[in-house]
Amino acid sequence: MSDTAFHRRQAEMLPSRPAPAGQTGAVGWMRANLFSSPFNILLTLISLFLLWSIIPPAFDWAFFDAEFVGTSRDDCVGGAGACWAWIDQRIDQFVYGFYPAESRWRVNLAVLLLIPALAWVLIEKAPGARYGRWFALFYPVIATLLLVGGLGLEEVTTDKFGGFMLNLVAGLAGIVLSLPIGILLALGRRSKLPVVRVVSVTFIEVIRGVPLITLLFVAIVILNLFLPQNVSLDQLARVMIMVTLFASAYIAEVIRGGLQAIPAGQYEAAQAMGLGYWKMMRLIILPQALKISIPGIVNTFIGLFKDTTLVIIIGLFDILGQARLLQTNPEWIGEVDHETYVLASVFFFVICFSMSRYSIGLEKRLDTSGR
Amino acid sequence: MAIRKFLSTAALAGTVAFAGLPAQAATLDDVKAAGELKCGINTGLPGFAETDDSGNWRGFDVAYCRALAAAVLGDPDKVKYVSLTGKNRFPALQSGEVDILSRNTTWTFSRDVDLGFTFIGVSYYDGQGFIGRKALGVDSATGLDGASICIQTGTTTELNLADFFRVNGISYEPVPIETNSEARAAYEAERCDVYTTDASGLAATRTTFDDPDMHMVFPEIISKEPLGPLVRQGDDQWADIARWTLNALIIAEELGITKMNAKSMAGGSDNPEVNRLLGSEGELGAMLGLDGMWAVRAIEAEGNYAEIFDRYLGTSTKLGLARGLNALYKDGGILYAPPFR
Repeated sequence: MSDTAFHRRQAEMLPSRPAPAGQTGAVGWMRANLFSSPFNILLTLISLFLLWSIIPPAFDWAFFDAEFVGTSRDDCVGGAGACWAWIDQRIDQFVYGFYPAESRWRVNLAVLLLIPALAWVLIEKAPGARYGRWFALFYPVIATLLLVGGLGLEEVTTDKFGGFMLNLVAGLAGIVLSLPIGILLALGRRSKLPVVRVVSVTFIEVIRGVPLITLLFVAIVILNLFLPQNVSLDQLARVMIMVTLFASAYIAEVIRGGLQAIPAGQYEAAQAMGLGYWKMMRLIILPQALKISIPGIVNTFIGLFKDTTLVIIIGLFDILGQARLLQTNPEWIGEVDHETYVLASVFFFVICFSMSRYSIGLEKRLDTSGR
Repeated sequence: MAIRKFLSTAALAGTVAFAGLPAQAATLDDVKAAGELKCGINTGLPGFAETDDSGNWRGFDVAYCRALAAAVLGDPDKVKYVSLTGKNRFPALQSGEVDILSRNTTWTFSRDVDLGFTFIGVSYYDGQGFIGRKALGVDSATGLDGASICIQTGTTTELNLADFFRVNGISYEPVPIETNSEARAAYEAERCDVYTTDASGLAATRTTFDDPDMHMVFPEIISKEPLGPLVRQGDDQWADIARWTLNALIIAEELGITKMNAKSMAGGSDNPEVNRLLGSEGELGAMLGLDGMWAVRAIEAEGNYAEIFDRYLGTSTKLGLARGLNALYKDGGILYAPPFR
């Protein structure tokens, strides 16, 4: 007697049935995530109520009740919604500041050229990357030439810079310069050479121990009293230097965190292979340390980019400065307090959110943990 | 010993460096060499310094810069505007970053004497006032016992307010706020009963409220705020040029010289003072180190004092300020320019 008799014979697998209707699709997702327990149901209802009471009025204010056409505050007075009538006349100043109108194409061109330069640096498989990276290396020179003038282009002094363009220029310059300085400082702080170490530690601790706004005041107000009368360092350059130094101190500490996470075995292995200090750092240690530090670095960059709004204290009109300028303009006073800030935040959000998304993409690409 | 020697050398070097600062002469030559006048203005104050739709500065303080540039350089557009905050305006003037400060700055003893500046005159007589709701049932600032008052921090306004209430023996509750526009918003949101700032700002503020008739500006003006341009101490020629350019604008109103008729009146008239001012008689321009037509150009830049006032601050503008103290002495104000002789 074979034991097969005890088994029901079944030639084929039963066809798989769909999961019960209540557990799949939108309904299933909602049951799992929104209504899984009484407490969860309560939270869901409260959230829905909050959304319902915030979003429709916000849309009403921003769009449906808003005033889009007009020439002065009189066209907006009494309206329940936002007053966007100024955008038409003022958007150029919010974007370019006092940059001469006939030269604004230079700003546009600089931004247009920035896109391929960034793409060649940031995207690994971009076509033509080999030559493109040389272009990216020289992009700062090209951009400076375009923005400030020279080689036949009319000179535009930096006090004409303004609006969001000023935030971009100061922010990008700070980002590009603070990373290499930060890496050097981080290495310096872990160096075995006492002078290098002491200098790095002093620099980092002094800069980190002082608020940025204090550094800016030093650069703007106090520096003037010490420099000879005929030596004048460009105001914007002073701000950019201070912002860069400030950010590099933070970057240095972020990267030091990354360096400390590298096991000693990596150093020893590199040394065992006969690599010198710089080769070891460049080929073995830094690639790993920087990868670990990406979230922190991008965090610092986003902070730096937003710190560029502090140029207001030296009388330069970045996008927030333009907002305040319009708020005190007799033509618009009292009607544009919220609207101008909303516009400025949209500009900032777009840039900062892009940076954040890129860093997430970069982390995924460099992920070697084998997950 | 070596350290002491080093310290004394450093101290000496420091002294020399600082002593060298205020004593720069010939700002006029610097301005002419640079081909532009560096004029310090506000970072944005309705009517005094604001931008138009194409991003050009305009306003009462800006108009003075333009007149001075026209007088000195022959072109009112040759001005480099440097926007200065309340904090960095004085260091900027001290360090030579600007040639003149035309930034609604109150003329006070310590600024004139201690900080080493020369105020060249008063271009606008301002004072601190109050705006409040009519519903309070108070019609004078002395009746504000126990009221909450919105006030901008870090200004002379704050100090004046404390003085006023101490002198009158009444109590108040300050609501300190960072910027003017926030203070206005706070007042409108009823976070305070009364809002105080310079009177030139109050009238304009009142017009921005949803229902201006619900609010009133109290009659009391609790401080003197003579606003005027200032230059560094130690260059008397430059101070003279700045002072008499302002006087020329004021006296032009008195003599009926306007933007339109300045050039034709410069051809000669029956009034010897007009002739001296506009250069057809005497050598007043040469005494300043300028040419004879300097005042004509200054007046042609933005007009005489009345024209400038009416264009940026007057009753036809959104600010709608009356001349008040800023009328000529003949018209009941206290504007009084010394004679051109």
